[in-house]
Formats: sequence, C-alpha cells, structure tokens
Amino acid sequence: MSTRHTLSVLVEDKPGVLARVASLFSRRGFNIESLAVGPTEHPTTSRMTIVVTVDDLPLEQVTKQLNKLVNVLKIVELDPAASVQRELLLVKVRADLTTRSHVLETVQLFRAKVVDVASDAVTVEATGTRDKLAALVRVLEPFGIREMVQSGMVAVCRGSRSMTGSENRLRSAS
Amino acid sequence: MTENVTGAQSLVRSLESVGCEVMFGIPGGAILPAYDPIFDSTKLRHILVRHEQGAGHAAEGYAQATGKVGVCMATSGPGATNLVTPIADAYMDSVPMVAITGQVPSAAIGTDAFQEADICGITMPITKHNFLVQAAEDIPRTVAEAFHIASTGRPGPVLVDLPKDILQAATTFAWPPVLDLPGYHPTTRPHAKQIREAARLIAEAKRPVLYVGGGVLKARAAAELRVLAELTGIPVVTTLMARGAFPDSHSQHLGMPGMHGSVAAVTAFQKTDLLICLGARFDDRVTGKLSTFAPGAKVIHADIDPAEISKNKVADVPIVGDCRETIADLIVAVQEVYAAGTRADLTGWWRQVDSWRETYPRGYDEPEDGSLAPQYVIERIGKIAGPEALYVSGVGQHQMWAAQFIDYENPYTWLNSGGAGTMGYAVPAAMGAKVGRPEATVWAIDGDGCFQMTNQELVTCAIEGIPIKVAIINNGNLGMVRQWQTLFYESRYSNTVLQSKRIPDFVKLADAMGCMGLRCETKEDVDATIEKAMAIDDMPVVIDFVVGEDAMVWPMVPAGTSNDEILAARDTRPVFGEDQV
Repeated sequence: MSTRHTLSVLVEDKPGVLARVASLFSRRGFNIESLAVGPTEHPTTSRMTIVVTVDDLPLEQVTKQLNKLVNVLKIVELDPAASVQRELLLVKVRADLTTRSHVLETVQLFRAKVVDVASDAVTVEATGTRDKLAALVRVLEPFGIREMVQSGMVAVCRGSRSMTGSENRLRSAS
Repeated sequence: MTENVTGAQSLVRSLESVGCEVMFGIPGGAILPAYDPIFDSTKLRHILVRHEQGAGHAAEGYAQATGKVGVCMATSGPGATNLVTPIADAYMDSVPMVAITGQVPSAAIGTDAFQEADICGITMPITKHNFLVQAAEDIPRTVAEAFHIASTGRPGPVLVDLPKDILQAATTFAWPPVLDLPGYHPTTRPHAKQIREAARLIAEAKRPVLYVGGGVLKARAAAELRVLAELTGIPVVTTLMARGAFPDSHSQHLGMPGMHGSVAAVTAFQKTDLLICLGARFDDRVTGKLSTFAPGAKVIHADIDPAEISKNKVADVPIVGDCRETIADLIVAVQEVYAAGTRADLTGWWRQVDSWRETYPRGYDEPEDGSLAPQYVIERIGKIAGPEALYVSGVGQHQMWAAQFIDYENPYTWLNSGGAGTMGYAVPAAMGAKVGRPEATVWAIDGDGCFQMTNQELVTCAIEGIPIKVAIINNGNLGMVRQWQTLFYESRYSNTVLQSKRIPDFVKLADAMGCMGLRCETKEDVDATIEKAMAIDDMPVVIDFVVGEDAMVWPMVPAGTSNDEILAARDTRPVFGEDQV
C-alpha cells in the first residue's frame, strides 16, 4: 500500500542543489507531490520538505539515494502525528456586494484572512494542513474561485527536539 | 606557503599536488588557459588523444589497471559532451575518474554562447558529484574534493567545470586545502552485529555460494577473499566485473554467473540456501527474472553503498562497509563460530556442484563451415600472453568469450565495460591501462564493430609510444545483435551486417595509423600470429582475426527469463537432478 511520506531534507545552500534533488526523484521514478525549500537557522544550510507517495521499500531506496548526494546533510521522515505540517493558500474569490458577507463569514470560520479587496473579489490567505485547505476551497467554490495558488508543505517535528539533533537521523541499511 | 598564480596555474599545481601523473585530453577554446601551464609541467604527463571519448575511456582504463584516479580533460560544449559516454560508463562500473572541462566565461553562462553546454546539468545523473567552479580561489579545494569523492566510498566519476575567466583570474595557491564536504561520509567499517549474524549463517548453511562482485576488486580485497573462501570451502562465483578477483584455476571457482555464465555458477545460485554477496549489485544480467532468482536463498549483502542493499533483492543480513574490512572481519567471526562447534558439511553440496561442472564444462563447437572459431582465437591469446597480461575488451560476443575463455589468475587483469556496455571501450581503455602499467602486456580483445567506433586512438598509441596489442575478432557483423536476431528474430539480420571482412582493410588501416597490422584467417596460423604480436614491443600491433559469423555465446539465459531456463547450448536445457542436499 502506497502511503504519503513527509521528508525533511537538510542540504548545503549551494547552487544546483534543488536540481540535484528534484532530478534524482524523477530519474529514479518517484513522484514528488510537493516540495518546499527555504533557509534555516544556519546560514549555510537550506531545508527542503518533500512529500512523496510511495511504498515503504521504495521510500527506503529514495532516502538512501538522497543520502548519497554530496550536498545532502541529513534526512528525517516526519510522522504526521508527531509533527506540525502546514501549507499556505492564496485564493481569489468572486465577492460582490451580495455575497461578500457570506465569503467573509467562511473566511472567519476557517481562521483565514482577507489580504486584498477589490470591488468584485477578495483574496484570502489561509494556512493549515492539506485537509483544512481543501475544505476551505470546497466551501469557497460556490462563490466562484477566480485564481488560487498553494505552496508546498513545510513541516517541523513537535516538542523541543531539533532536526540538527543526531538521535532521529534516518538510518541507512544496517 | 601561498603563491600568486593564475587560476590555470592553480589547477595544474593542484593536479600535481593531488598525485595526478597522467591525464588524457584535447584542448579547445575555453580550456585553453589550462594548457599553457601544462606545457611547462614536469610532473604531469598530458596525452593528446584524438577524440574526447578516447580520453575518458583511457582515464577509465588507467584507473581500472592501477587503482588510481584516472583524469581526462576537454574543452566546453562538444568537448565536454564527448566525455558523456565514458563518464556514464565510469558511473555504472564505479570507476574513480575526474573529468575536467572548460566552460565559457562566467558572464556568458546561460547565453547560448559559442561552445556552451551545461555540462554540470548534463552529467548530474551520471556523476557521483560535479562542481562548477565559481571563484579561482576555490580551485585547489575543488580539485582535492573531486579526487577525494572519486576515490573513496563507492568510487565514481566526478566532473569539475571551469569557466575560462576563472582560469585566467589572478589568485593564490596553497596546498593542502581544507576539504569542505559536510554531507559526505562513506561508511567503511562494517557493523559487528551484522558480521556475527553473517558468520553464523555462513557456518550453518548447507548450500552456500560466494557471489563476488567488482566491489571486492575496488576494495583491493582479493587476498582476503581467498582466505575466506579457503577457510569456509564455499564455492566462489565471480561476476563480469570481478573476473580475476579469485583465480580461475582454483578448484572452488565455478566461473561467471548471469546471462552468459557457466551452468555451474548459474545453477548454484538457483539452488543455494545462502547467497553471500560481496560487492555485487544483483544486476539484471546476473539475476535474470528477479522474482525467480535464487528462490531458496537467504541473502547476506555486503556493499559500501547502502543504496545497493535491498535495492533489487531483499537482504536478510545487510552489511554496509568496505569489502576488505568486511571480509577480514568475516574471517575472524567465522573462525569463532567454527571454534564453537558449528560447521555444516558441504560434501553433498560439492557433489552436486561438481556434477554440474563435469556435465556442462566450458567449451564450444567448431564452426561447421570450416571457418576460424572466435573462441579458439581468444583462448589462445589467453594461453600465450598468460595470466600476467592485461585483457581489455569491447562489448558483445567477443567480450563474453574473453570473460569465459581466458583464465584470469590475478586481480586487475580484466577490464571491460560491464554496466554501461559501451562499444568502443577496448582500444582507448587498453591505451590507458598500458600507460598505467607500462611493464605489462596489454591486449585489447575487440570486435570489428567496436573497433570501428574508437580505433582512432591507435594513432595516439603510435605517436605517444603506447604499444598495446589489439585482436580484432572480425566476424563482419555486430555479432551479439546478430545472435539475438538468429535466436529471437527468425534470422532476419536487419542492419547487423558490417561487411568489415571486406571494408575497411584493418591491416592497411593499422599501417596507416602507425601500427603493425597482421591478419590471421586459419587455425594453423593463430599461434604464430599471436607470437609475432607478442614479439613486437616498440609499436602497437593490430591483428585482424577473420572468424566465422555464426558462432554464438553459450550458455545463455534469454533476457527476461528465469535463470532456471539456462541453455547450455542452442536448444539444450541442462538436466538437473531433482534431489537436493
């Protein structure tokens, strides 16, 4: 059974690293569902959050292949139950005088916020899990979605532990 | 001490300092600054090849023969892309190689400048790592890192791309640089618990086999392997990449596994209860149909690359580490298990294995049309040149016969393109091997198809004083493809007939390239011709062995089928007793 896995990958902040990681997934035949990359608390290190849907054995293979990339420093698989996982959604919804209050009500219910207003539309910003954002989009859809854009997932493990701690490093074969 | 130099001088000083003695290459626009200090270097021999692919394969041959890092150099754009095939070849066969390429000036990168190619992007999937150098001061560190990555862990090719302005820039040179590779830590020490578990399985197994791959040679562990094999008395199978890791004359050696392996080796894998895989990777040419491979076997898999373990066949006991350390530890651990009283009796297993060996020995049929048998030619070269010589093959039928019919007694005497299957490997790789081992006799065993892909490097050999010997096994066809057409395409020989018995005239071609050209068409002349070639040591020799076109490589496991379907010869399935030990 294929399941969704979230990998946090610490990489050296060097040119071409994103291409190395992305091309490794494609040439080994793995589909990336989402990928987000950004800086970390260390200036020379970037962090990627990669969501893939694979079986356990191919996941082990992809992790080992990632570990072989010279610029990859560390890989941790984040358990959804033990981590905070968030995506960012910007959605432009049709909202004229007759529907605007309904739209705003929905936005409030989802603890989202309006970041731009035009005469016939509002732009809503929301963060949350994939499921929450999907639910928001479902509710907004009847008003008319003019445009939407969504980030890849970012995630961090719960508790005080940091990924730079050594104990939760994904082990290689033995 | 820090010196003021140009980027190009820094590059040459770095190569000298890292221990590079020989490099193979061709200059061009973007790499031109580097060639000026090369002109002055007394430590670095640059061999001017005739095609960049030749430079790459020569670097591979040099590396395979010596264990040192092979170095090749080319200019930007087409110079660099001509290195792609040897780089891919080195990646598949884990050959330590550093490729240095010129690049258009930094400011021109991305503008489709003259002779621009994104060689780092192009080689990303076929290098262990690559670098685009962005500042001249980074050159010494980058060269040191490239050599370190290429030669440690699982070896492989590393490419260093140098923009022209960086080669021309003023900089400083100091050695040694500090390596900055925080993400690169190959595991070499095997885990003691895994070693103990492996030793227990080895001592208990009733039908064990040692499955020895190229990793044993890369780890320079042939001596340790022999100790382990003789300690345990377990049958040994050496893959195409490991020929020479264990003496062919040794009574425990069953030969090569896989598509054209010996019946005994292939069958031992199918019947074994414990596969002890050392530095091999369960390639599809070895396993045949994976789901039916070694069905009754527990698997111990030792490899320095964790990603190889359980990639194709799930390992019961995974061991990540250097093969030499792993085998050395296994020897001690197995002795301890034996001392504690556990040791399975292998007599019955050997009786079975020996019966396969006796019933299906190595051999071939003489061609019915009276033509020269290619196997005979290759066998005689092996006998006359002996086990101290190096044999370098191309890819195809002649490669399989050279793997089968030459007896390898020593490591690093058999070089070929195993993983990538690169036709045209032999001549340039033999050139590189001869440069690395000038005292050794180096034979390229080539096909007429392969030879026509890279023979231009014989000019390099003639001019640079690299007296290799080339045996063209000339059947006038792309022999292996023809064999498949015979077997699987109703003998419809679409585009495999090269007519190279007629054109080109290989003797004249050899002569034109400054080599001695010989021809041999009959069995009676084979020995004399080989001996004549052996007597010439001041120029390259090319022998055109005109052989029959219908000879086939046997045994054979047809592609995609189970190893159980091995054919000892055409339409001949071996008969195995159903009884098991």
